[in-house]
Amino acid sequence: MDEPRSVKVTPDRYVTYRYAGASGDFNPIHLDDEFARSVELPGKILHGLWTMAQVARTASDDPLALKSLSVQFRGIGVPEKEIEITFKPRGDGEFDCEAVQDSNKLVRRGRAVLKL
Amino acid sequence: MIDRQGMTSPPPHPDHPTLARGHDTYLVGREKIREYATAIGETAPICHDVEAARAAGFADLVAPPMFAAVYSWRALEPVVLDPELGINFARLVHGGQEFTWGEPVVAGDEITTEAAFLDQAKRADIMVYRFSSRSHNQRGELVCEGTWTNLVR
Repeated sequence: MDEPRSVKVTPDRYVTYRYAGASGDFNPIHLDDEFARSVELPGKILHGLWTMAQVARTASDDPLALKSLSVQFRGIGVPEKEIEITFKPRGDGEFDCEAVQDSNKLVRRGRAVLKL
Repeated sequence: MIDRQGMTSPPPHPDHPTLARGHDTYLVGREKIREYATAIGETAPICHDVEAARAAGFADLVAPPMFAAVYSWRALEPVVLDPELGINFARLVHGGQEFTWGEPVVAGDEITTEAAFLDQAKRADIMVYRFSSRSHNQRGELVCEGTWTNLVR
């Protein structure tokens, strides 16, 4: 269990629409390129909680293995570019984790704790 | 709605005594779990296949842990968007998130969340707001505690 883990995932072009419907977060910064640019974003951006869900999924194949997960969101995630999520073990079921897209850290200083 | 034991609301915030307090009960639907699991790419059978979930000892489909963001948001939204705090939703980005999970959440559960404003701080040109959420199931068991950090650019 205390082994490094790494997963690569590429959000497709429509992932923010599916996540908006599934989560109820319809903030237009995630759905509308023109709107996003009007508030000085590069275009529509990924939901931070979608990216965090990718980190959570990387923790274990068992969705119930996670005891806690804490992350900081930094870089802005965009669709259609690969994200690499890495877990480094600290021992006793604890991991440092991050999510990186194009050398841009979307999630940094992540800390995951698995149930022992 | 019944207030269950251990579900006392947090006290009013000293700086914002009239601020909205979040309280919401969310009925977890089987198809919502499937839809959410699909949206995040979660393929575990216990999140999609009722028979697999039952074989694993659960009453129904199991929600992925990050589904906490769904059942707790309805309690948080009126707090985050309370005009007294003055957050412009279009300028809001998620700065950080902490979740600690307790009992698993399965389809058919009724999850009640209490949400509160914690504090705010200014860092350079960015305002940082923190909120808390505590969610219990219909048996009064803690299912998730969250700390939400939002930034307004």
